[in-house]
Amino acid sequence: MRDMIKMIVVLTILTGFSGGLLAAVRVGTMEKIQYQQLQFIKGPAIKEILKGCSNDPLVDRFAVKDGDAERSFFVGVFEGKAKTVAFESGGKGFGGEVGLMIGVNVEDDKLVGVGVTTHKETPGLGSKAKTDVKFGAQFKGMVLKDAFKVASDGGKINAISGATVTSRGVCAGVTEAGAVYARLKAQVAEQLKKFNK
Amino acid sequence: MAKTLVQEFTKGLWDEIPPFRLVLGICPALAVSKAVEDGLGMGIALTFVLVCSNMLISAIRKIIPSQVRIACFIVVVATFVIVVELVMQAYTYALFLKLGIFIPLIVVNCIVLGRAEAFAYKQGVIRSCADGLGLGIGFTISLVALAGLREVFGSGTFLGIPVFGPSFQPFSFLVLAPGAFVCLGLMLSIMNLAKK
Repeated sequence: MRDMIKMIVVLTILTGFSGGLLAAVRVGTMEKIQYQQLQFIKGPAIKEILKGCSNDPLVDRFAVKDGDAERSFFVGVFEGKAKTVAFESGGKGFGGEVGLMIGVNVEDDKLVGVGVTTHKETPGLGSKAKTDVKFGAQFKGMVLKDAFKVASDGGKINAISGATVTSRGVCAGVTEAGAVYARLKAQVAEQLKKFNK
Repeated sequence: MAKTLVQEFTKGLWDEIPPFRLVLGICPALAVSKAVEDGLGMGIALTFVLVCSNMLISAIRKIIPSQVRIACFIVVVATFVIVVELVMQAYTYALFLKLGIFIPLIVVNCIVLGRAEAFAYKQGVIRSCADGLGLGIGFTISLVALAGLREVFGSGTFLGIPVFGPSFQPFSFLVLAPGAFVCLGLMLSIMNLAKK
């Protein structure tokens, strides 16, 4: 009986100690890990969209409340003015959610770029949404308003051949981003002023 | 015969160098020795876990009931492995992505658990620290040697820097899994020859 109690006490103390240590390390590294994940997973898409900006969009970011959720916006400074933001959106593709990064110029509401961050699309077909520069470039310069559609649905976007579903997913994601943008534009513009010193 | 502190440390560098002498921990040694950078990262991670777990287990060895000692070892080792994992994610994310599953797998690494059971559970804190440090550094050296062999001839680079001219045709066989076995076998045979 004594042995049993000793075992229980020792194991409890040990696991308690390790739990505490891990919680402390986790809290200590959380912010850094988030930044690293941004840099390695979303970073390439953000950098591509906000190409040529004079700041680090991964550092200059802010969050805006959208209903219950919070959305992160990454700021791009061009010619000394913070007028471009990149934010996340997503649409349903062929193999699941296609994560998108949408860049928009707040002054004229025009898209500066659309990039795919994460996807589970078919390699060689749907995956081209991420690798084919031409596809993403079509969105550039369009006003982020109304619905985006692929050409076969009566829209302006030429779908990637063999990956219509993925292309539709991307268009739906951009359309969704337009809705988010319309909701939050006032707040985003307000936040951007802070970066215009 | 009792060994001195220095001997406890140096035995891990040659006499019992893992994974060549002490043929333990082969799985990460084969899998993570594609490039020198990976091997170095893995070696440092393992050294940290080995030293910390050896010291802690040795410090609390008198209060660990022998019936649940393995469970206690696993808790201690797992704790330090997760610490390493979090720190790597925070500071060397690219390396963390490359090492992938092999960082969490340190928990069940034979070297770590073997040292806990065979050494730290019976010896003092300082000796356990020396033992862990020696074996950890030994493992790092072996991994770097193995990875160096594979990277230099398999991809023609060392730490990512090309060592041969552009006309070099890499033996890409060496960076694949069978190449790992061949290299390990060669190293083992060289070590055995050197011993004779």
